[in-house]
Amino acid sequence: MTQRNRIEGGLVDRSTTLRFSFNGKRMEGHPGDTLASAMLANGQHLMGRSFKYHRPRGVLAAGPEEPNALVTLRAGALAEPNTRATTTELFDGLEAMSQNHRLSLEFDLMAVNDFLSPFLSAGFYYKTFMWPKSFWEKVYEPFIRSSAGLGALSGEPDPDSYDKGFIHCDILIIGAGPAGLAAALTAGESGASVVLADEDFKIGGRLNAETHLVDDQPGADWAHAAAERLEAMNNVRVMTRTTIYGAFDHGIFGAIERRTDHLPDSGGKPRQILWRIYSKRSILCAGATERPIAFPDNDRPGIMLAGAARAYANRFGAAPGNRVAVFTCCDDGWRTASDLAANGIRVSAVVDTREGASAPSIPGAISKLGDAIVATRGRKRLTSIKLRSGGWIEVDCLAVSGGWNPNVHLSCHLRGRPTWRPDIAAFVPGGSIPPNMRVAGAANGDLKLSDAVSGGRAAAAEASGDLGFRPRLEEEIKSSDELAGIEECWSVRNASGRAWVDFQNDVTVKDIDVSAREGFRSSEMLKRYTTAGMATDQGKTANVVALALLAERTGKSIAEAGTTIYRPPYTPVAIGALAGRSRGKDFRPVRLTPSHRWAASQGAVFIETGNWLRAQWYPRPGETHWRQSVDREVLATRRSVGICDVTTLGKIEIFGRDAAEFLDRVYANGFKSLAIGKIRYGLMLREEGIVYDDGTTARLGERHYVMTTTTANAVLVYRNLEFARQCLWPDLDVHLISITDGWAQFSVAGPNSRDLLRKVVEPSFDLSNESFPFMACAETTAFGGVTSRLFRISFSGELAYEIAVPARYGNSMMDNLISAGREFEATPYGTEALGVMRVEKGHFAGNELDGRTTARNLGLGRMVSKKKDCIGGVLSERPALNRADAAKLSGFKPVDKSEALTAGAHFLSKGQDATMDNDQGWMSSVAYSPTFGHSIGLGFIMNGGGRRGETVRAVDFVRGKDVEVEIVSPHFYDPEGERQRG
Amino acid sequence: MIISHPLLGPRDSAEFVYLGDASLIGRPHAFDDDAMEKFYEYQFLRDNPDGVHRELWYHEQGDRSWLVVTRDTATHDILNVELARDVARQSGRGR
Amino acid sequence: MRYSAWTIFKEGISGNGGWKPMWREPEPKGEYDIVVVGAGHGMATGYYLAKEFGCRSVAVLEKGWLGSGNIGRNTTIVRSNYMLPENQPFYELSLKLWEGLEQELNFNVMVSQRGIINLCHSDAQRDAFARRGNAMRLSGADAELLDRDGVRRLCPFLNFDNARFPITGGLWQKRGGTVRHDAVAWGYARAADGLGVDLVQNCEVTGFLISNGTCAGVETTRGLIKAKKVGVAVAGSSGRVMSLAGMRLPIESHVLQAFVSEGLKPALPGVLTFGAGHFYVSQSDKGGLVFGGDIDGYNSYAQRGNLPTLEDVCEGGMALMPMIGRTRLLRMWGGLVDMSMDGSPFIDRTHVEGLYFNGGWNYGGFKATPASGYCFAHLIARDSPHPVAAGMRLDRFRQGAAIDEKGAGAQPNLH
Repeated sequence: MTQRNRIEGGLVDRSTTLRFSFNGKRMEGHPGDTLASAMLANGQHLMGRSFKYHRPRGVLAAGPEEPNALVTLRAGALAEPNTRATTTELFDGLEAMSQNHRLSLEFDLMAVNDFLSPFLSAGFYYKTFMWPKSFWEKVYEPFIRSSAGLGALSGEPDPDSYDKGFIHCDILIIGAGPAGLAAALTAGESGASVVLADEDFKIGGRLNAETHLVDDQPGADWAHAAAERLEAMNNVRVMTRTTIYGAFDHGIFGAIERRTDHLPDSGGKPRQILWRIYSKRSILCAGATERPIAFPDNDRPGIMLAGAARAYANRFGAAPGNRVAVFTCCDDGWRTASDLAANGIRVSAVVDTREGASAPSIPGAISKLGDAIVATRGRKRLTSIKLRSGGWIEVDCLAVSGGWNPNVHLSCHLRGRPTWRPDIAAFVPGGSIPPNMRVAGAANGDLKLSDAVSGGRAAAAEASGDLGFRPRLEEEIKSSDELAGIEECWSVRNASGRAWVDFQNDVTVKDIDVSAREGFRSSEMLKRYTTAGMATDQGKTANVVALALLAERTGKSIAEAGTTIYRPPYTPVAIGALAGRSRGKDFRPVRLTPSHRWAASQGAVFIETGNWLRAQWYPRPGETHWRQSVDREVLATRRSVGICDVTTLGKIEIFGRDAAEFLDRVYANGFKSLAIGKIRYGLMLREEGIVYDDGTTARLGERHYVMTTTTANAVLVYRNLEFARQCLWPDLDVHLISITDGWAQFSVAGPNSRDLLRKVVEPSFDLSNESFPFMACAETTAFGGVTSRLFRISFSGELAYEIAVPARYGNSMMDNLISAGREFEATPYGTEALGVMRVEKGHFAGNELDGRTTARNLGLGRMVSKKKDCIGGVLSERPALNRADAAKLSGFKPVDKSEALTAGAHFLSKGQDATMDNDQGWMSSVAYSPTFGHSIGLGFIMNGGGRRGETVRAVDFVRGKDVEVEIVSPHFYDPEGERQRG
Repeated sequence: MIISHPLLGPRDSAEFVYLGDASLIGRPHAFDDDAMEKFYEYQFLRDNPDGVHRELWYHEQGDRSWLVVTRDTATHDILNVELARDVARQSGRGR
Repeated sequence: MRYSAWTIFKEGISGNGGWKPMWREPEPKGEYDIVVVGAGHGMATGYYLAKEFGCRSVAVLEKGWLGSGNIGRNTTIVRSNYMLPENQPFYELSLKLWEGLEQELNFNVMVSQRGIINLCHSDAQRDAFARRGNAMRLSGADAELLDRDGVRRLCPFLNFDNARFPITGGLWQKRGGTVRHDAVAWGYARAADGLGVDLVQNCEVTGFLISNGTCAGVETTRGLIKAKKVGVAVAGSSGRVMSLAGMRLPIESHVLQAFVSEGLKPALPGVLTFGAGHFYVSQSDKGGLVFGGDIDGYNSYAQRGNLPTLEDVCEGGMALMPMIGRTRLLRMWGGLVDMSMDGSPFIDRTHVEGLYFNGGWNYGGFKATPASGYCFAHLIARDSPHPVAAGMRLDRFRQGAAIDEKGAGAQPNLH
């Protein structure tokens, strides 16, 4: 019983048998089959259910335009929903399941929709489900949602991997049919570097599906030979299973190469590769797609496009039926009739809408000219058709041709609009096609083989000539010619019953009638209201028919009605391929601090800080809660000495005669008076006068400064400095280099920090408070000769230093500092302890600098010098930034010391309602202070400076907290700064 | 898009960071009488043309040059690329 | 014609031949009291002018077809999870209007309040979300802070085990969700038409009639139309149109891409936004995953984007939801957005008497449609700003009163 419809001939390899299953039913096929051709060979016509009415459906097409035969391929985490059976290459062990039905493909409970169809016309859902109001969310919508959709996601991570790559070429040729092959041969022989890409697994395009002769050989054989010639040219890259899915600016194309989809499993190799192809010229040879005719019940399994029927017979050796009729409005339909007959398939009738069609005689078939099909029968498989001239004909397959639409898609991706050619009743590329693109073959409306071949050669000759190559065109390619006459026929008129236009989304001619009547009179509105063309097939068979019917109904010509906009991708692209390897832990690169290995060996817990991983705390044995570790680190630092890797802070080296002048302009506060060997805190504004960043800048020499920035803004500040240097003041003698990754920098903080540093810094260097006071800097050596920079700055509020060494010494420096500090119980601390100490000290950080904060909000209004021009100076004086009641940075402590404060809480005066009008500010940072033994916070509150001692509510609705807090100075710890200066 | 860097040749636009209208080179003088108004216009108002636009791109993943790219915002065609420093000097900016 | 299940039944049994046009296609009259340019927010404006402010002589002019602007080109998200006092009450008003819109318009625009979760990936992000959530609660909106387990209960399919930036929680607005965007344009048009508002399609404004600082109408491709007041709501094209009135705006036009996958059975509980990459996603009633990310970042009127953004968005998608690798991107499109200097919009008078401006919606105008229409109608009809839109002034940058939710400053492509 298996492969009962397999016939002689074709390009399948009968010497090998592949086993596969559809809905668990076991079937067999051969290499060279698609899933669809193999199912047809096995007599499986029913392949799916439509979206809305759940109509039984068989295969319509033999290519990517397929609307009906969608399956879920493979199982479990590998399940791939909505996969076209027509483009799925058969492999041994393939498993496919049908989609979008309840119960089974054969007995779909949702098929009740088909009987309710009078009530489900275009846009019905916009007119109902509104009463009672609460039912939409709870009843109607969940039901609609569960009925909609097609295949299902597995819910599991995609186990396959994907790669990305770049290809540069002189000429990209899209499509390897007759035009593309002819173009590639010409371009290749000219010496240009050529990429020839085709979505199919077999080079040749329609030549594989036709019986044309090229150079006196069967077209498929010629294509095979041409491919071999091209493969032998080392300037030509032939890419099969590669879809050019989009055209982008400046000759860049997106391509997807399917590497393992045709194999039983990927074997650990990338499943697909996303290529970005950079071309100097491109030639679009994407062929054409056949379109159906709308007539009553034209969607039954067994009704397919005429070109598909002959592809199944000629290429795949699979009979599309045993008694076939052809319905056509063009000469092409007759070719199907003769090809099927030549394959020994019984053709019962050929029905041509044209009175005057030149009808070749088809053995055994009746020819009906000027006739049409007005009805069909057969629910799960076509059984008969009815002619307008009367009478039913029993058939199990009907091949339909409404003409061919050139695949203009890629010529329109830069928003070009195709133009209508009445002589072939089709849109062809026109107007503004992408720069440096040429179109040839059927894609250009050259539907005859000889035109396609000569068009391809001519386009390639021009393109390679443009680029200075010398194309040779001596050898003619002989090809057979054929008739390509057509008279437009979009639908069969005056026939009752539903006639499908968009098969997948169940859009019928009546839906187009209704929507045109209701006011949806442009092609774009029609699409949106009826959903025509919005299914997974992107309307490849439906769009032109739908807009032609709309044009009829609105009294416009097709040219006036115009198409909807063609947008990428040409065929759908797996999201996994578009992401490539940027997923999971590899989503973004990881930056490791110089002491990362050491920290990891100490069991540090790490935290993502931008792309950096930083040690958050260093748990010790017995510590069961992070707070125990953090409290210990804080107390150890304040008591003796702690060490923290602060390399992530941005570091920018500034050189030049005008470096001081430059700093003076990019910082709000003055820098000209900074002496060599000194450090100054700097506040940086955006040009609108909002605080951008802060840090310190140390003057190491006459023309040499080192600036630090916050970790988050390291890249941005550098960018802005380059902007200022190159664009604003191009003649200042200033040079910048980012040294963030070049130097490892460690904070050594605590009362014993000086004693610890004395053990590691060059002995002759005087670390005493007198010769190296707070805010001093110097270049020296440490650890027996390692170049070092020493900065006496403090974020913790303690006597503290930062020491920098070339990054390659960073890991061992951490180790050496800890060893040298053993006598002081030197303690490594992480970002949490760093944060606690800065809140205790009242230093603001990222949480406070949220891009809306002014210097005034921070209590630093006077730092913005009025005497000089600095970035942000002028606009910082705008009135709304200088309101008297502006929020001020303040400290907060809970009235009940056992309460924990939370960041993000808003402040309300006691007794006031919780409304936005009464909002007084917000808590920006909190910490449990082990130094004070209770929770403390920093925040902004209106008139903050004048309200010290007042008690307000800190309300945190989203965490269910409402805590009374006292407004205090933000400087909880050592407000006079004696410790850091000591 | 591909930007033809005056020093480095054609480079993918993904290597660059975009800032905006090249008028941002023309930062006003802070001590002019109408400095506030000039800074307001400089910082906040844009011609925003549907057509030829001179704009600033920064080659962050490259040589860190700021470039002035003349590009058609309707078609994305690039008509000219210059070093911003040269443009700044030509417009009279110096120290 | 009133829509209901009964109408559908009646039409169904009689062959669906009785459906009436949803709106007239009138020739523009020579003069109206009020002309609104743009049939997105402008369509809502026309409706509220007629419905709430009793204006009977109103025309809404649309350059293309109804819904051809950004109202029909967006990712359909509605929410009011804004923090700043100039924004929050406005977007909350909008959400409240969405909640009753179907009944008000007798048109099912499919308001689907299945929630929106903004995911966070660090303590600082969580605290910023708490601040925002608390601001929302102060303003009467709903907001909940989810911890990691809370997110996991709602979205077990997210990447919790192998993430570069682990999910630590999220801000959840249950009343957020999606609305069928095209239907909003159609619903407002039908209702406005019913109140006598003329919707004039294929009518492009080519100039303003301005003399002595007063606007007296517009020149269009369909002739001169006089008006006592002209409101412009053409986000995306604001720069282009307002330049006809001699205005430079604090706006740049940028391209924003959006993406939709093939149809899938229900997989997502609502709208999700990734806090460590550029990706947000929801699922349409038809089953497609509708997703997007950052703008391409350069000035553009070309209405199409490029590959780096497409790849960046899909990288975010796969990082967050590795289950989507085997489904496919079906369609991508690039829309034209007004990016303003602080990421917030404008609803204000202009320096020209009788000319009003509504624009600068960045990538977030759709959710604002009802409130924007309502407040713009209020401004035009009463000549005073509606209280919830009082901060959305054109001169706010001169004053230093930016409404900068993101804190990114005066660089439009950073908002």
